[in-house]
Amino acid sequence: MEKTDLLMQAKTALLAPTGLDEHGLEQVLDRMLSRQVDYADLYFQYQRHESWSLEEGQVKSGSYNVDQGVGLRAITGDKTGFAYSDAFELNALLQAADAAKTISQQPGEAGQAIHWDGKAPTVLYAPINPIDSLGAAQKVALLEQVEAEARAQDPRVVEVMAGLVAVQEIILVAGSDGRLAADIRPLIRLNVSVIVEQDGRREQAGSGGGSRCDMDYFLQQERALGYAREAVRQALVNLEAVDAPAGNMTVVLGPGWPGILLHEAVGHGLEGDFNRKGTSAFSGRIGERVGSVGITVVDDATLPSRRGSLNIDDEGTPGQRTVLIEDGILVAYMQDCMNAKLMGAVSTGNGRRESYAYLPMPRMTNTFMLAGTQSHEEIIKSVGRGLYAANFGGGQVDITSGKFVFSASEAYLIENGQITAPVKGATLIGNGPDVLQRVSMIGNDLELDTGVGSCGKDGQSVPVGVGQPTLKIDSLTVGGVQI
Amino acid sequence: MESPASQAVVQSHDMKESTDQWQQQMLELAVQVLDKAASAGASAADVTLNRGTGLVTTVRMREVETVEHTRDKSLVLTVYFGHNSGSASTSDFSAEAVAGTLQAACNIARFTAVDEDNGLADAELMATSQPDLELFHPRDISVAYALQQSLDCEAAALDHDHRIVNSEGASLQTHLGVGVYANSHGFVGSTRATRYSLSCAVVGTSNTKITSPAGMQRDYWYTASRCFEDLQSATEVGLLTARRTVRRLDSRKLSTRQAAVLFEAPVASSLIGHFLSAIRGGALYRKASFLQDCLGQKIFADWFHLYERPHLLRAMGSAAYDDEGVATRDRDLVTDGVLRSYCLSSYSARKLKMSNTGHAGGPRNIILQPGNEDFQGLLRTMDRGLLVTELIGFGINGITGDYSRGAAGFWVEHGEIQYPVEEITIAGNLRDMYQHIVAAGSDVDLRGNIRCGSLLLENMTIAGA
Repeated sequence: MEKTDLLMQAKTALLAPTGLDEHGLEQVLDRMLSRQVDYADLYFQYQRHESWSLEEGQVKSGSYNVDQGVGLRAITGDKTGFAYSDAFELNALLQAADAAKTISQQPGEAGQAIHWDGKAPTVLYAPINPIDSLGAAQKVALLEQVEAEARAQDPRVVEVMAGLVAVQEIILVAGSDGRLAADIRPLIRLNVSVIVEQDGRREQAGSGGGSRCDMDYFLQQERALGYAREAVRQALVNLEAVDAPAGNMTVVLGPGWPGILLHEAVGHGLEGDFNRKGTSAFSGRIGERVGSVGITVVDDATLPSRRGSLNIDDEGTPGQRTVLIEDGILVAYMQDCMNAKLMGAVSTGNGRRESYAYLPMPRMTNTFMLAGTQSHEEIIKSVGRGLYAANFGGGQVDITSGKFVFSASEAYLIENGQITAPVKGATLIGNGPDVLQRVSMIGNDLELDTGVGSCGKDGQSVPVGVGQPTLKIDSLTVGGVQI
Repeated sequence: MESPASQAVVQSHDMKESTDQWQQQMLELAVQVLDKAASAGASAADVTLNRGTGLVTTVRMREVETVEHTRDKSLVLTVYFGHNSGSASTSDFSAEAVAGTLQAACNIARFTAVDEDNGLADAELMATSQPDLELFHPRDISVAYALQQSLDCEAAALDHDHRIVNSEGASLQTHLGVGVYANSHGFVGSTRATRYSLSCAVVGTSNTKITSPAGMQRDYWYTASRCFEDLQSATEVGLLTARRTVRRLDSRKLSTRQAAVLFEAPVASSLIGHFLSAIRGGALYRKASFLQDCLGQKIFADWFHLYERPHLLRAMGSAAYDDEGVATRDRDLVTDGVLRSYCLSSYSARKLKMSNTGHAGGPRNIILQPGNEDFQGLLRTMDRGLLVTELIGFGINGITGDYSRGAAGFWVEHGEIQYPVEEITIAGNLRDMYQHIVAAGSDVDLRGNIRCGSLLLENMTIAGA
């Protein structure tokens, strides 16, 4: 796929209906440049979103949503003026430009020629509309198969809920420095949640997956049915779970989704905005040791078809692979254009926004730790008494104090090197700048999550990926009830 | 070049005029959409339209950071063909986009299964009056004035203590919105509302050299209201932010133990929030609630009364009708500690074979009857234990009630705060926790949809060092 094709397709979808062309974009940018601003940009977005949901054995509801608009931004130093328009007509954009430019009171130099320069991103996913990749009847049938598979696993399954979501996002970024870039982003997700019951005790568990591709993905390798089996397996484990222990102990984290640890404990703290402002527990610590020898953490937007991957970020910068921690040493922050400029760095392609109605800021893409050398079995065997956390729900971090939490959804006791009784989900709490220094063993079994993660920051949600190999942390606080 | 102030006045004038215009257009559009849905063969339909505009100004370290002019606009349509339904939404109100939305909703309805419980709420439940709940207080707020408020607020925080060394800024937000809901029973409702808030977050350090991030703490405060004049002053918000931040400096970790826990009012409302989630129809008909089949049962102590008052003037949660047009009314959810009512929409009520309680969109203005003791009194009653001022994480299992969350706060001895604590968790089971709430404070937090004072729990497990 040529970049000109992406740009052409985006122009056809976003600009052509109202007759906008490069000249129109120049007029709107010029309106903002009539004040003294360092940079101005336009973000055109069209998003269609379809979802179907099943419960009680039937697909009873579905919805189709369309949202579109243009975000206009004028930046001077660390100040940003922002306005948006849900109309794509030139006059509406000029009005929004007038609102955005008021951030600067000084007259600027309007009338400068803009030399458009389309950047050529590597194409990581096909520019398709995944909503059309499967007929409505087949989507309904897929969800029905998922529910049948879940029920077939075990008679203790009393309720199955499943949801199928497909999104297509078409964006075009036009900047006053001449950048003109476009992306067409497909995104699909299937979630299954089951309730199981035994002797009056009820437990719930969920599973799912997704990708930036068409819906055939769920049919390949029985992926969708696999999510159903996994949800039932976890729920049945939880039926047997006893109260979790409370206090400091050795914790082994399983591979894959438990990488949410990295996302919360270090990922957010390495976002450029917090570090420019000096409000992160990692501020000013580039070059310092923040993890054990052997720990390398990357943020990689360039993995083909992954949920967190981006051909270009929402400022038109190509998606990149950025090493954040190398062999335990903090080496880089994640940057968008404005924070990079203010810190004397360059954008790492992490400028993301939920939609045209929000300002971009530094956000993660796919964040994971590279594999080590030890086997999963060796790591478990090395623990006398501790907790093995195989799966997690959500997490959260206080950027400034560095304290982070994440909640286990499937966990077991480790006794004498053996995984024993399942324990109820407990919240784990730690300190971001310390926790990776307490990692004493790194598995050879790196896995990425299955593609269901969303990250929230300042009220903006974006799709992300996480991953890690099995990890042994020598001391972490486990928030159970059993003392 | 116009000054920001004069420009904002023009905008505000436009805003008021456009509110009337919007409301008129949206009412007409709602009726048109329902007509078209009927022509397309739908046996019933409903439509929700929203349109709004606002201003967000943010300052940081005494400088302007962002000025955002916000707008929002949406049309959500649901069509019913007998008991099959489909929904679609758009942010574009053009005739073409609306026709596309109707078609998309009809297409979906062709493939969804027959569900006999599906449909509009019963016609006789529709609200027959729409009293003025005083939610609409438009006010001319210029960008310059908004920025000055934000600057004054942050300055009050920064100037309060030399240990306040950094800031995440202060922000004033305004919003003005118009909403229309109409359905094929002939119900047409419309609302106008404003919302203002001012918030501030600063960073303190016990280590006065800012070169080291170790020992940094942040905290925040906000004020929110329907009416700008009802906000706490900028200086007050700044001062509270600074005091809350400084008191967290030199936090320690507690050892693992069992102790009494006092939830400060702003976080205590989350315990009521978990209760409301558990008595929601959606959780109940899926049998996914830890309060399954608990109607009429004693959940809290005798003194515990929880009321819903949807018609409070100027309140954040007030509404004359719910998201299905059903008249809202005063309701006692808990009296004498006993659960008296669930919160049901038309769908969940039919599923449960119970009566609709007008809760589509959730409960509105939940009030816990305040106790006699103020915050200091509760500290004395607790004598020894943990005061929780912040909770993080999502460790709540709605089906079992198991509860485990990250916490920060203060250790209390002899009824007095001793030192700040952090990096601990508190854990228990909500059923059990609710039974052991021994007191509610008179220090009611009025800012949100849940109004309650601080809550004292007899005993929880604290995990730490």
